[in-house]
Amino acid sequence: MRPILLQGHERSLTQIKFNKEGDLLFSCSKDHVINVWFAHNGERLGTYEGHNGAVWTVDIDSQSRFMVTGSADNTLRLWSVQTGKCLYWWEFPTAVKRVAWSEDDQQVVCITEQRMGHSSAVRIFNIDREGDGTNQSKEPGSMFNPIGSKATLCSFAHVPNLILMGHESGKVALFDAKTGDEVLNNERAHMDVVTDLQLSPDRSYFITSSKDKTARLHETKTLTVLKTYTTETPLNSAAIAPGKPYVLLGGGQDAMSVTTTSARQGKFETRFWHKVFEEEVGRVKGHFGPVNTWILTAVFNSIAISPKGDSYASGGEDGFVRVHHFDESYFRAKPYGDLEIEE
Amino acid sequence: MASNGVNGVHYEDDEDIDYTDIESKYKVKYEEGFDNILVVDGVPIIDQSKRGKLLEKIAKEFARKGAPIKPADVSVPWNDSTGKSKGFIFVECKTANDAAFALNAMDGHPFDLKHTFRVNRFTDIERYANIDETYVEPEPEEYKPKEHLRSWLGDAQGRDQYATYQGDEVEIHWHGKPSQCEIAFSRPNWTDLYTSWSPLGTFMATLHRQGVQLWGGASWGKQQRFAHPMVKLVDFSPGENFVVTWSNDPIVVPEGAQQGPQFFSPEDEGHNVAVWDIKTGNLLRTFPTTYPEGEDVKKQLQWPALKWSPDDKFVGRVTPGQQISVYELPSMGLQGKKSIKIEGVVDFEWCPHSDKDREEAEAEANGKSTKKPRENMLAYWTPEVANQPARVTLINFPSRAILRQKNLFNVTECKLHWQNQGDFLCVKVDRHTKTKKSIFCNLEIFRVREKDFPVEVVELKDAVTDFSWEPRGEKFALISSNDPNLANPAPGITIKTDVSFYQLVRGKGDFKLLRTLPTRTSNTVRWSPRGRHVVLATIGSSSKSELEFWDLDFNADDTGRREGPSKEEWGSGIQHLGTADHYGVTDVEWDPSGRYLATSASAWRHTLENGYAIWDFRGQELEKHILDRFKQFLWRPRPRTLLTKEQQRQIRRNLKEYSRQFDEEDAAEESNISAELIAHRKRLVDEWNAWRKRVKAEVAEERKLLGEKVEPEAEKEAEEKEEIELWVDEVIEQIEEEVVE
Repeated sequence: MRPILLQGHERSLTQIKFNKEGDLLFSCSKDHVINVWFAHNGERLGTYEGHNGAVWTVDIDSQSRFMVTGSADNTLRLWSVQTGKCLYWWEFPTAVKRVAWSEDDQQVVCITEQRMGHSSAVRIFNIDREGDGTNQSKEPGSMFNPIGSKATLCSFAHVPNLILMGHESGKVALFDAKTGDEVLNNERAHMDVVTDLQLSPDRSYFITSSKDKTARLHETKTLTVLKTYTTETPLNSAAIAPGKPYVLLGGGQDAMSVTTTSARQGKFETRFWHKVFEEEVGRVKGHFGPVNTWILTAVFNSIAISPKGDSYASGGEDGFVRVHHFDESYFRAKPYGDLEIEE
Repeated sequence: MASNGVNGVHYEDDEDIDYTDIESKYKVKYEEGFDNILVVDGVPIIDQSKRGKLLEKIAKEFARKGAPIKPADVSVPWNDSTGKSKGFIFVECKTANDAAFALNAMDGHPFDLKHTFRVNRFTDIERYANIDETYVEPEPEEYKPKEHLRSWLGDAQGRDQYATYQGDEVEIHWHGKPSQCEIAFSRPNWTDLYTSWSPLGTFMATLHRQGVQLWGGASWGKQQRFAHPMVKLVDFSPGENFVVTWSNDPIVVPEGAQQGPQFFSPEDEGHNVAVWDIKTGNLLRTFPTTYPEGEDVKKQLQWPALKWSPDDKFVGRVTPGQQISVYELPSMGLQGKKSIKIEGVVDFEWCPHSDKDREEAEAEANGKSTKKPRENMLAYWTPEVANQPARVTLINFPSRAILRQKNLFNVTECKLHWQNQGDFLCVKVDRHTKTKKSIFCNLEIFRVREKDFPVEVVELKDAVTDFSWEPRGEKFALISSNDPNLANPAPGITIKTDVSFYQLVRGKGDFKLLRTLPTRTSNTVRWSPRGRHVVLATIGSSSKSELEFWDLDFNADDTGRREGPSKEEWGSGIQHLGTADHYGVTDVEWDPSGRYLATSASAWRHTLENGYAIWDFRGQELEKHILDRFKQFLWRPRPRTLLTKEQQRQIRRNLKEYSRQFDEEDAAEESNISAELIAHRKRLVDEWNAWRKRVKAEVAEERKLLGEKVEPEAEKEAEEKEEIELWVDEVIEQIEEEVVE
């Protein structure tokens, strides 16, 4: 399982995403650009230029037509995936930390940073998908300021009228998309900053990772913690593997505290945990420097022959993206015997 | 009303404030008044006329003994009815001390032929007069059975214990097969500094501001304590009879300190080292710290500061450059009333006892044997002084007879290494070339059990950084290096080393190189306490942390009978068993049985990946725990076996039988566990699946309510299914034929 190394960024990666089919991989970085790659061979398809600051976040709609990105230049941009043209942009007082499409591709949610006297704000835009996409409304469909500790992560929950949020205090909460009221929260979801939040394919449960060295699986509707995965390193990202009962955890000490003393790679491994048994299954050695963000995909093409199967990619502090294609043995292996586990 | 406050602040009423605490603190103490009054009995009975004369005479007698009193200070009680004195007088001295002196001087003083003074304190008479005369039988103290201090050895599963210290918590663990590992005991804030086992594992010592506390027994009760404030180091005698403590702060005995045999007295002030008796808890003696002589020598403490003879009979202490002082126990008096004066002495070591020596000593103590056991032996060395060469000397103790002396030249430093059975003494001599530019090393090996103590020299070209004997064996391992960075170690630089093994050639009596492992980074050799197995480790390095497991007697069969190495090729028994890695390892320790190795990364050294791991002797990892603020890992030592040689042989002979039993137990247990685990997993999966089913239904319901399509993906997927035909051309072979016309 030798990874493909994607060398297209000059600074550390912030977020990477596959499109729905899993053939394209989008990566954004602190070097102001977004790259798109062919997932199967790592060839670069193109670059989206236009942001004037670190690009914090990226998301692609299910048709791979539009892409939204959020950046430290305080803008949220809408791009055409195919042409690489920036179709529209919205400007805010502070940086955009996280964007996400709704399941029906009609809406985009974004969250701006709490800084310089501006409190963090969640905005939901209704995207006009008719025409070439340049005709967007300036004003958000709805907007609210989430209460409590600084919020950094957001996504649409299992129903589009609820927004799922992750906070710096370790809180996870559901907000009403229209009114901005906190519907439900779990103050003690984590003991430290929530660093990533990814939903299961049907959005009925989600995984969070945190600096408190744990990752947790939550039920979206009730925010109850289903499973806890305890590691010995601060985690930056966590993902749910489709098709297999695993979750993947990545992290590492801050680059600051690693620097000179230890050139150890051990902390920057990708860890595979069994989703249900809460046991570590295996590790993949990775980047020099912490894994910042990564995501998992399964190729759900309806092509009859699917020799390649699943892969996952990781983006690191070192500016590289690694695409790992799973071996045959990953699919055949049944380390826990013949237990049928629902996805 | 007048203002009684400062700056116009008016205090209404002073009387309300409670001054009792201040008053009691500054209260003037009145003299009790009666301590300086003596009652003198046996004074002649006189009448009024002779009073003046008698008093003068008494005063004179007192003055003669050095306790002058004035006649005015004497009062004579008078019997008015007879007009005569009562035969005793009261004498008022100036102070209580004077009174005490006078009492000692004058009690039993013959005043004249008929009269002898009996002097008592006034207060005593009062006290004794009031004593209850009836005899009350003292309540017999109820017998409290003490816990067996070695109860852990009676563990049915034969497990060993170890102590860990993480954060503020000290834990005692059982270590056996994976299923038998559990925590035996734990207590937060058990120690302030660190913990230490006694050499036979009976006690665990914890260090606190107030002193050392010993713990033991199955429930870990307090066993003994030694009040040495600010104690930093602790050391036990080999037989667990005595303990030595050290503190950087000199002993101070404050006013009103507790007194008694267990506490410091004013004579101990200014000292740093204290020797205690474990059974009674009594303080035996204290010493000041001695530092090596010389200006440029860094003031580094030698620890242990006191070196115990293996039988706990003597303890020695070196005053560098001058003498070795050996004290007898338990009196702690200087043996022979004088130290062994040796000019320039740097260091010494006692010769350890072998099992046989110990048996002989015991037999003699029980009067069963007439054979005199081997005397204690110690070795010391002196450096080159003036025209004298450096010298290593072996002497008997207490006879102090010199057994063997060896002169050495161009010596920078010597280290004395006894083999743990006392069979061999290796003196590692760091020598310099004439120009003093480079250092090389000689090993002077004394064969102590042989007549005339023959010495063999092993010459090496490089500097030796570590040396260690195989326990109970005839081999040793050394680490040598010619790395130019050796002299000035810098962080991040890993020093290249060579590891060499030597073995005694039987019959010939000299040591021969078995094998050298070149270009390693190992800097530590750890022999298994049973010998044979050895681990080479690179510790304290930020980039390397390798552990190498070696078997030096691979051809030996299970029964422990060694086949003579003469039959096989020299050095063929060395076998590499495995290599492992423990990042940031700082300590490596074998368990007392020699089956397991523990490695730990202590937060005292660095803060990366602290924790510990346990390996088997082949280098297979058994468990690993990464724990924040992990500090200390200590195997609990075991005492010597109680089995006789014959019983041990018996067990070895029947090893096959035992191992069959153990295998059966293991198999039974394993199937038990796996069944449990499978059931547990099955339960988890069932729970998960049930939950998924419920949630899926709920989500579908909610979506329906919102007017969305149910499971839009599933439909789309079906539509998108298409078939692709793939043609693959593969060139298997290409042959180019040249047709010659």
